[in-house]
Amino acid sequence: MDRTKKLSLNLGCITLLAAFLFLADRCFDSYVVQVINLIAVNAILAVSLNLIYGFTGMFSLGHAGFMAIGAYVCAMLILPAAQKQAMYILKPCIWPFSVMHAPFFAAVLLGGFAAALAGLLIALPVLRLGGDYLGIATLGFAEIIRVIFTNTTSITNGSLGLKGIPAYANLGWNYFWCILTFYTIIKLLSSNFGNTLRAIRDDEVAAKAMGINTYKAKAISFAIGAFFAGVGGALQGSLITTIDPKMFNFQLTYNILMFVVVGGLGSITGSLAGAVIITILLEWLRFVESTIYIGSFEIHGVPGMRMVIFSIILLFIILRKREGIIGGYEFSWESLYGFINRKKEGK
Amino acid sequence: MSFAMFIQHVFNALSLGSLYGLIAIGYTMVYGILRLINFAHGDIFMVSTYIVLFCVTLFHLPWGVAVLVTIAGTALFGVVIDRIAYRPLRSAPRISALISAIGVSFFIENICIVLFTGVPRSMDSVRNELLVRTIKLGSVSITPLAVFVPVCSFLLVAGLMWMLYKTKPGLAMRAISKDIETTRLMGVKVDSIIALTFAIGSGLAAAAGIMWGMRYPQINPFMGVMPGFKAFIAAVFGGIGSVQGAMAGGLILGFVEIMIVAFFPELSGYRDAFAFVLLILVLFVRPTGLFGEELEDKI
Repeated sequence: MDRTKKLSLNLGCITLLAAFLFLADRCFDSYVVQVINLIAVNAILAVSLNLIYGFTGMFSLGHAGFMAIGAYVCAMLILPAAQKQAMYILKPCIWPFSVMHAPFFAAVLLGGFAAALAGLLIALPVLRLGGDYLGIATLGFAEIIRVIFTNTTSITNGSLGLKGIPAYANLGWNYFWCILTFYTIIKLLSSNFGNTLRAIRDDEVAAKAMGINTYKAKAISFAIGAFFAGVGGALQGSLITTIDPKMFNFQLTYNILMFVVVGGLGSITGSLAGAVIITILLEWLRFVESTIYIGSFEIHGVPGMRMVIFSIILLFIILRKREGIIGGYEFSWESLYGFINRKKEGK
Repeated sequence: MSFAMFIQHVFNALSLGSLYGLIAIGYTMVYGILRLINFAHGDIFMVSTYIVLFCVTLFHLPWGVAVLVTIAGTALFGVVIDRIAYRPLRSAPRISALISAIGVSFFIENICIVLFTGVPRSMDSVRNELLVRTIKLGSVSITPLAVFVPVCSFLLVAGLMWMLYKTKPGLAMRAISKDIETTRLMGVKVDSIIALTFAIGSGLAAAAGIMWGMRYPQINPFMGVMPGFKAFIAAVFGGIGSVQGAMAGGLILGFVEIMIVAFFPELSGYRDAFAFVLLILVLFVRPTGLFGEELEDKI
């Protein structure tokens, strides 16, 4: 299959997606549109964690921290100055945070860069650690970010959080960032650097022996993952228009980990599938927490039941089907083409 | 700060620290043997407070019986978790078991929200009258609990040390932490010893849970998360795998937390961050902790 053919197929898919989104925006109700938006954001988050964990083998539990940084930087940049003044009840917002402003695209980008910078800062000391130590250190980092954001009231409005963030993150923006994220990460992984990362994941000592600067490669991968986590956080903040430090707790990281593990570690297709399936399931399962009427019977919903079901799904997958729903499989036009050809010959 | 205040802070730090230490032992023993961070340990601790509460309020058991039932019940709970969620993953990559542990942790928290609701419950009925009345010693006013908690914790640790170094199962545990395969070849029933480890760790977490409930008499399904993280940090700080290290790490962490807030009240909002800053510093300077042995990467 030649390049132009693949390119035209890719462009065709993007056009179809754009047409679908345009229709969705016009025809579906706002709840469905919100779910479609969430899918894009969650896919960004899932693939960014997959880059760090699935492809580089660094067990990171710090995603909520990066998201918090991205969300706060972006929100501070797109909130109008007057609104900031009205919102900061406990302590007034200090200069320059009170007046800074940027267009949405730049704000999201800066949110991503801030998260990447934080990622680099944390990477330098903790990437020397292996495996689960790295996990607990990054988790600690995310908790520290949360505590700092709760206490720096004159910058972040403390535990009250930021409200009324302009809802710029519509379908167009979210899917633009989503496609950009996937494009960047797929390009990165199919380059030689991608091979370096996979080598580190499979055997770090051997990679070192081959002359790879594993520390540098890991730091770069970590920073890129953090960048897209920050982008995801920024989009999510603008999507739900309210953020507060409590939102960015360990539960959030857990959800993203679930997308990645359920979809399949080390598979971009898996991350996408995991994000789509679990986002829809999480929304659909809201019925178990609401009151259901069957005829004249009234069944009270049980709060928390949704997460119980999800914990069981995660446990089941990790215990029974460790490779996730997609496994190591990766979608490509070649494999689809080959599959169709084989079908034809079979006839 | 007056001397009386300082003494009170010391007692607070001692009890908080020894509670962290007791929880940390559960982490350190499991990690020493399976190289697994038992994320669910903080939630096992949380479940123990609910068990003791229901023993007292629902079944009207006398205090002493309730405590014994709680410790036994929590120990059993720990063993069941190991059997269901960790044992099938013994030969899997270590990260799989870790994700399983995180899944178990969220499962326990959320099932407790479903069963007991997220509303905090009062532990007042569990507080033993003898232990919580205030005693004045000059200008220092302390409760017997402030002495009872550290003393009780040290006795438990002493008992555990005796068990580890003077009995056959203790020997088997130490052997497994050195080399699990060789120990199996020597005829040790590895799975039962691992189950015993979970039972002891969870039992100690239950002891900590009961005392925690008496000191901070409000419980909710997420109360185990922070003490769990901090106890894990204490275990890393003391050198993971070492029981005395876990206790020492717990005490140091307790003192750091209480004393920083006592001397710099304006930092009290950052209280939960101290432990994590300490963790990152320790991992940076001496990843094997105070009492830990050097672990070599096997190639």
